[in-house]
Formats: sequence, C-alpha cells, structure tokens
Amino acid sequence: MVTATKTLLKVTDLYAQFTGFGGTRVVRAIDGINFTLDQGETMGLVGESGCGKTTTCHAIFRLLPPAGDIVSGSIEFDGQDLMQLSDSEMRSIRGRDMGMILQDPMASLDPLFTIMDQVAEPAHHHRGVRGGSLRERVVELLRSVRIPSPEIRMREFPHQMSGGMRQRIVGAISLSGGPKLIVADEPTTNLDVTIQLQYLNLLRDLQQETGVSLVFVTHNLGIVAKMCDKVAVMYAGKIVEQGSVRNIYNNPRHPYTQALIQSIPRLGNKDPLYVIPGQPPNLAELPTGCAFHPRCPFATEKCINEEPPYVSFGDGQESKCWLSVEEAKNG
Amino acid sequence: MKTFIAKRLLSSLATLLVLSIIIFALVRASGNPAELLYEYPGAREEDIARQAAAWGLDQSWPEQYVSFVWNIARFDYGQSFQYGTSVRSLYFDRLPNSLLLAFWAFLISMAIGIPLGIMSAVKVDSLWDSVGKTFALLGLSVPSFFVALLLVLLFGVKLEWLPFLGKAEGFFDWQHLILPSLSLGWFFSGAMLRLTRSSMLEVLGSEYIKLCRLKGLPEKVVIVKHALKNSFIPVLTLAAVNLVVMINVAVVVEVVFSWPGIGRLLYDGLINRDFPLVQGVVVMAGVMIVGTNFIVDVLYGYLDPRIRLTR
Ligand SMILES: Nc1ncnc2c1ncn2[C@@H]1O[C@H](COP(=O)(O)OP(=O)(O)OP(=O)(O)O)[C@@H](O)[C@H]1O
Ligand SMILES: [Mg+2]
Repeated sequence: MVTATKTLLKVTDLYAQFTGFGGTRVVRAIDGINFTLDQGETMGLVGESGCGKTTTCHAIFRLLPPAGDIVSGSIEFDGQDLMQLSDSEMRSIRGRDMGMILQDPMASLDPLFTIMDQVAEPAHHHRGVRGGSLRERVVELLRSVRIPSPEIRMREFPHQMSGGMRQRIVGAISLSGGPKLIVADEPTTNLDVTIQLQYLNLLRDLQQETGVSLVFVTHNLGIVAKMCDKVAVMYAGKIVEQGSVRNIYNNPRHPYTQALIQSIPRLGNKDPLYVIPGQPPNLAELPTGCAFHPRCPFATEKCINEEPPYVSFGDGQESKCWLSVEEAKNG
Repeated sequence: MKTFIAKRLLSSLATLLVLSIIIFALVRASGNPAELLYEYPGAREEDIARQAAAWGLDQSWPEQYVSFVWNIARFDYGQSFQYGTSVRSLYFDRLPNSLLLAFWAFLISMAIGIPLGIMSAVKVDSLWDSVGKTFALLGLSVPSFFVALLLVLLFGVKLEWLPFLGKAEGFFDWQHLILPSLSLGWFFSGAMLRLTRSSMLEVLGSEYIKLCRLKGLPEKVVIVKHALKNSFIPVLTLAAVNLVVMINVAVVVEVVFSWPGIGRLLYDGLINRDFPLVQGVVVMAGVMIVGTNFIVDVLYGYLDPRIRLTR
C-alpha cells in the first residue's frame, strides 16, 4: 500500500531458548526463524499458545525474561544489526524507535504514577522533550488514541481508567518516542468484544496516520485478515508458512495453516467448530522430523523422519512442508 | 476521607477492646500475686487475703475488668503492686530510655535491611543475593539474646571497648547505646531485608516494570522511580510495627544489658505478677500500634493514589 518500500526489519536465522533446572532442560522457544517487514507494513504472527510468539516479540527488543537467551541469528532493524549493539545503545532504541503493546492492559501501567507521567516518559528520555511541549505532546498522543478530554484525564491514575482506555494509553506510550515499529502482543485478548473492534480500528488508523510498521500477534486468524498485509504462521518455535494475507487465506499450503483457517468460526454456520486434533508439542521434547506430523492428516513416513526444508513459491509464499516440496517439484 | 477516619477509629477501638480482654485474662492466668507473699516466713492466710483485697483482687473478674477498662478510659493504669506508684508515671519515666534505644535500633535495622533487600532483589541469584539471604536467615533465626551475649563477650569483656551494663546520664551517651541497639536492630533487620526483597522481587516481575524496560528507560529510573515506590508499601507497615515493638517489648535486650527501659519494666511486672504494670504496658503498646497503623494508612494515601482517591 505504501509506494516506496524499504525493509525496516529483517530477522535472519534467529534462535532463542529458555534454560531451566540448572541447564538440564532447554526450551527452544524460537527455532530458526526468518522474516522481513517493510516500512508501513503490518505482519500478523499467529499460532497456538506456547509456540513462541511472545518470545519473538521480546527478542526483537532483545529483552527476554531472565532464563531466556538469544542463541544466534541477526535482527537487522533500520539498517543496523541489533545483535551487535551494546546494552545502552539497545536501550536507546527501545521506546524510541520501537514501541511495544503488551497483552494485559490492567497490569501494564504503573499504579502509582499519572497517565501524563507514563505517556511522557519515552518522549522525555529519548527525544528530550520537556516542560510545556512535553505536556502538549502527551495531550496530542492521548487525543490520537481517542481519550476524551485528555487535558483532564492525563492527570488521573491508571485505576481510574477502564480496560479499553488503559490499552489505548499503552498504545499512546508505544507511540510516545516516535517509533518506526510497533510490536503488539495480543493487544485485544483481554478486552471485551466491542472494545476489541474499536481498538483494532484505532490501531489501523494510527498506523495509516503515522506510517509505522506493525508486528501484530494474535491467535485469531480473523483479526489477521482485517489488520495485516502479510502473515507468518508459527508452530513449535518455527515459522511454518508465511506470505501475503490474500495468498495464505486463498491458498494455504501448510496443513497446519489449513487447519487454522478451518477452525475460524463463521457466521451462520451451525456445524460444530473444527478443532485441530492433539496438543501443541512440548518445546523441550520436540517430535522427530516435522514437528507437526503427530497431528497432521497427511503425515507420511518421510515426515516422521526428516524435517522439511523451506520452499519458496513465485508469489512470495513460503512453506515448510514435504507436500510443498512435491508441489514445487511438479510445478 | 472523613468516613474513612471514622471507620478506622471505630475499628481501632474494637482492636484495643479485644486486646484489653486478652491481656486481662492472660495476666490472671499467671496466678494470684498475693500468694508470692508466702515466700516471706510467717505469712499467714489472712495476710494474703488482706493483700489481695487491698489490690482489689477479691472482686469478681467482670467487676475487675470493668474498673480496669474504666480506668484506662481516663488514662489511669492503676498503682503498680510492687512499686506502689502509678503505672503511668513508671511508664513515662522509662519511655525516653526506650525511645532512645528503639530509635537507634530502628535506624540500624532500616539501614541494613532495606539496602541489602533491594540489592539482593535487583541482583537476584548473584553473590549479593546470597549475602542478603544468609543475613536475613541469621537475623531471623539467631535469637537476639545470643547476639547480645556475643557482642558483650567480644566488645565488652574481651576487647573492653564498650560498656555493656546500664545507661549513663545524658542523652548522647552513645557508648552505652551501641551494643544494645545493635542487638535489637539485628533481629529486625532480618525481617526488613526479607520483606524488602520479596516485595521488590514481586514488583520487578510485574508487567508494568516490563513495560518500563521496553520503553527503554534507564535502569536507574526503572528501579528507583517505579520499582522502589511500588515495593515500599508493605515495607512501611512492617517498619512502623517494628518500631512500636522495639519501644515497648525489647525485653530480652533490655534485660541482658540492664537497660532501664519499658521492656525491663514489663519483665519485672511479669515475674512479680504485677497485673496493673503488665496490663498498662501492653495496653500502651496496643495504643501505639493502632496509632502508628493509622498514621501509616494516611501515609499510604500519599504514596498510593488508589487509596487516596477512592476514600
Ligand atoms: N520465562 C520463561 N521461562 C521458561 N520458559 C518459558 C518462559 N517464557 C516462555 N517460555 C516457554 O517458551 C515457549 C514459548 O512461549 P511464548 O510465551 O513465546 O509463547 P506464545 O506463543 O506467546 O504463547 P501464548 O499464545 O500463550 O502467549 C513456551 O513453551 C514456554 O513454555
Ligand atoms: Mg504470548
């Protein structure tokens, strides 16, 4: 949709893991992922619970929980490799060039400080905005996320706001430093349905106004269709399929994507919802071969023993499945 | 805010009433003080009875309780059985000594407990944390009389650096103060450290601290501005209660060091079955705890808008 496209974020062969129990248990939460994101583009990141979506978000900020580590790979952002930066260089990029929206709006704001204070922090620390212009900036940010009478509300505290308002305030915080990228980790999961829709519209409008890129995490493919230009489907720490939203919906190539699309509830359809059989695998003890094979209706001997490679198609779609290998071979 | 204060006052009164019943019953469970007269040769049954009557112990318990509460309401704690003077004047004579000791012990417990607690939470699982955890464990599990005796042996007897008995005249008598306030502060610093650490750890694991870090705030701002302020609320409560306990019931330390404070007064009262004295000291401690809790609650209001703005 934007004319001059320039790559903003390029993640290459990224591996991250959690180590527990004195190093005896390793969870490979991100297991070699690749994707790129252009300026102004929105990428959906979908997959079942525990497949590594949140870890991916945090890895982009190079801020994993204490037990987690980025093992290898590169994260090129705006022309520099984040993995090469010092901690303090990295800190100055967080909040300034990239903002994050967390899942739980009730818990993401500090209860003891005013909205003004918290929205102002990135602009204050990263952009040196002070005094009257800082106040104006906060008002403008709050207005942009549709907080009514921002001059008054900004003096209030988080507990005086509804969940929807808090999440919009977190949105304002993510924009405060003037970022090029916003990562939203399931921002609407804890909001009720009508508020969800409002929030999604707001995010999309903001994105169009400011031209930021957006990584949008969800396990709802319906939301992806509404919000995103492209989509990456994660399974067990790997991206098993990615491509434009249109292609993925019309021609899903990976059986896992097909199953996900089948399980979207549809209006007017009274049939019981399709549920993907089986459980997502334990990342500490992955199945052999293709990690999806125990749940895949098309699994063959080969799938059990050998891990499929990535196969790229002419339309930019990429799939990690032996069926796709066949398809590519047969043209 | 007004209804809040009224509610708090009412619940404070209820607390004190319960406390007065408990202490009234407890002291009486220790036996009849007049019977201590049997230790004198030639004490006869009618002497005991006369003494008991003089102390008002011949009345029924309900009668005694009513007059006890009625007197408290007029800030009269009665006459001490053993000293024969009013409990109130005994208490207030000793209070400055106890305040002095408690003040320094309190400072020591805060100065050790809070910074170490913060360090061991911020650098969790590091050397700092091990030092902190060991210290807290020692503070809580080594009895203060043991620490007191060790200090006496080392600095008082062996090195002869410091006096260890009693209190000299003059308010700034730091030499007599050091050992008792260290022994008293030691114990409380362990509790302060543990609470600061756990409270800080909980806050550091919260989503809003995660968001602060994702905002790229300098670590100093994250810790000092956001984490400290949030973790201080429980610490404040404990500190206030500690202070009152140090003032009123530092029994062990005051006895070991012959410190003329309220703790010793309480000790004397207990072994001599001096009902009015024990009751008076305990009720005063109760009044102080209730009072400081009230002040702490008002302070919370300043710290926490959720409390300030919903009342
Ligand atoms: N702090 C941690 N310590 C150890 N393991 C962790 C930690 N955080 C996440 N994991 C593991 O890493 C894997 C990926 O977790 P992640 O939170 O990225 O999943 P997710 O896709 O975001 O799931 P959800 O949809 O439930 O949010 C999971 O198997 C999880 O058990
Ligand atoms: Mg998640």
